[in-house]
Amino acid sequence: MSGVLIALVTVGLAAALVSLVVPVSVGRVVSVVAGLACFGLALVLVPAAANRTVGTGFLRADALSGVFVLTVGFLYAATTVYTVGYLRAQAHEDGHRCRTRLLWCGLNLFCWAMLAAPLMSGLALLWIAIEVTTVVSALLVAIDDTDGAAEASWKYLLIASAGLGVALFATIIIYYAGARVLGEGLGLGIGQLIHAGLALPAGAVRLSFVLATLGFGTKMGLVPVHTWLPDAHAEAPAPASTLLSGGLLAVSFYAILRYYQITSAAVGASFGRTVLLAFGIASLLLAALVLLDQHDIKRLLAYSSVEHMGILAMAIGFGAPIAAAGAMLHVLAHAAAKSCAFFGAGTMSALYRTRDIGRIRATLDRLPLTAPMFLLAVLALSALPPFGIFRSEFMIVAGGLASPSKAPAAILVLLTTLAFLGLSFVTTRMSFESGTDAHASAAHGLGPGAMRARREPSVWLVAPMVAGLIALLVLGIHPPGPLQQLLHQAAAELGARP
Amino acid sequence: MSHTVPGFYDAATNAVAVLVLLIEFGMLRQALLRDQVRLYAAQSLVISVLALVVAASRAVPELYAVAGFSFVLKVVAVPWALRRLVRGTNGEIAGSGRFGLATQVLLALVAGGFGFFVSGAFGISSTVLPESAFGMSVAVFLVGFVMMVIRSDVISQSVGFFSLENGVSLAALVIAAGLPFILELVFLFDLLVAAVVFGVLIRVHHRSTASLSTRPLTRLRG
Repeated sequence: MSGVLIALVTVGLAAALVSLVVPVSVGRVVSVVAGLACFGLALVLVPAAANRTVGTGFLRADALSGVFVLTVGFLYAATTVYTVGYLRAQAHEDGHRCRTRLLWCGLNLFCWAMLAAPLMSGLALLWIAIEVTTVVSALLVAIDDTDGAAEASWKYLLIASAGLGVALFATIIIYYAGARVLGEGLGLGIGQLIHAGLALPAGAVRLSFVLATLGFGTKMGLVPVHTWLPDAHAEAPAPASTLLSGGLLAVSFYAILRYYQITSAAVGASFGRTVLLAFGIASLLLAALVLLDQHDIKRLLAYSSVEHMGILAMAIGFGAPIAAAGAMLHVLAHAAAKSCAFFGAGTMSALYRTRDIGRIRATLDRLPLTAPMFLLAVLALSALPPFGIFRSEFMIVAGGLASPSKAPAAILVLLTTLAFLGLSFVTTRMSFESGTDAHASAAHGLGPGAMRARREPSVWLVAPMVAGLIALLVLGIHPPGPLQQLLHQAAAELGARP
Repeated sequence: MSHTVPGFYDAATNAVAVLVLLIEFGMLRQALLRDQVRLYAAQSLVISVLALVVAASRAVPELYAVAGFSFVLKVVAVPWALRRLVRGTNGEIAGSGRFGLATQVLLALVAGGFGFFVSGAFGISSTVLPESAFGMSVAVFLVGFVMMVIRSDVISQSVGFFSLENGVSLAALVIAAGLPFILELVFLFDLLVAAVVFGVLIRVHHRSTASLSTRPLTRLRG
């Protein structure tokens, strides 16, 4: 299994370097192959990680790591395939070739860092991997070189860097706590620190956890440190938005979970749960309210990400094993649904040349495959059966209702219903309500009726959406045995107890 | 309750930590971007010297190398790059704050004071430096954070971030002097990468708005 771990943290980097120097057409093939290979490697890792902790050198994978590696692996494969079609659709634009090369390189680097983060054996290396995701993704947000992209990337870099500064402080403090027990020169090994448990100084561990939640929570999009997220998601090219939403937020959540494990071992689980519950409710509340009145399709999906990160934080806050297993399933299902939704949004906003929901109309008439799949993805995000998010939220709510206080679970149900209203209202209008052709055609410089053409721009844009929906169905109806084992083992590693 | 008189080492290192904090306040109130960058270099130099002192007096040889790399990166490379960026912006030499100078300093005092006193409540002790230096490092961190928030130009915001990182470096000297060398090195390399990306995005911002000011960044709302 060591070979799989090593391959997972080298393939993406190699693909990034190769795509920077070879012709764009070769770089494209290399990137798609790398994405598919990493997804394959993640699938190979699942059964092993579900049974035991595997590791070599500074690499380590347990069930918790396995969930996040699988998430990023899937996104890596889906996004590289989508990007082929995305770039072909923009081939006529100025500076396309240079931008294409940078985009391929950036996407590979971004996925490499996100795959490496859950495989790091120590907290310092984990921080570094997440910091690398920041610097790479900030450049990806800026890659379209528009005024909006410049603004979003600056805000993102500044806020995320400040957040990671806080997380670095948390890392230093947890080192101090560990060194008190395990001696100087500690490598900040996750297993070591969890094992040290009760011997760790409580005050330092508590401080470290709060700082880590605030710091990594900035990257995860937890309210009130989420402000970069809607801007960056909206202004980034669609493939980068997908990776930001489905992968980066999840990987940041993973970092918080590692601190949660150590804190639970040192001072008991209730402290960490309370903190996560507070952040979770705040995130869910704000997102649900904003979703009711959102006019930009990508910002809509970005706030939906804030909502789902809030759900994840609350799920761990509930403390029930079924809620923790639900959270793990939710990470996977959210990535599948959000990738499908962002791909659809990217295709639609490119076709209509706008992200304004009011100007995207009758999508079902124009995009016979993308539009219905986008609608299904949004319904999946709203937790409608039979998709994976229905299953995961059901498990989370069941866990919440099994907790001593039922109020947080009731709040979760109420706010997700509000979010469902916001999401479903705008997307059904986009799908079914007819708009004026004049606006859209004029924006394209095309004659009236040209926008009526009922065809998909590229099969490369459709295939990853199909994959996302299939994944959602599998996760919702009957997750494969090894995957179920992985999810429950990850929940057990989180030490969830009723 | 017994009080002990601090020895020369404790007093000297405390004085150095206070100096780091004072320079942080100096950066906050400095309007001229060039001088702000110079102050950042001076603060980084003081921290590098402190690392040397700890290395020599507490027998942590790795810190010599950390001090050396820190000097090259934070005293020479990053300030040089920032000064180049300022020079390349057609005479825009002064940054601006969202509030008046007195309000800015008052806010920073509140944040710094909060950090200094609250950090004492967590019972964090150190074997290499006096504990008060840890409070000072938290204060530097928070004042750097205030600077990022209340200054409205990209250079000051970047300097705020880098000085915030200096606060973390100071904290690391106090409570994590034995951090494995390879990790220290990777942290510094990471800072270098972050500095490059800050530089790239400062250029992107300047190209987009023809200014270093962040006041035009109001398009994205809701």
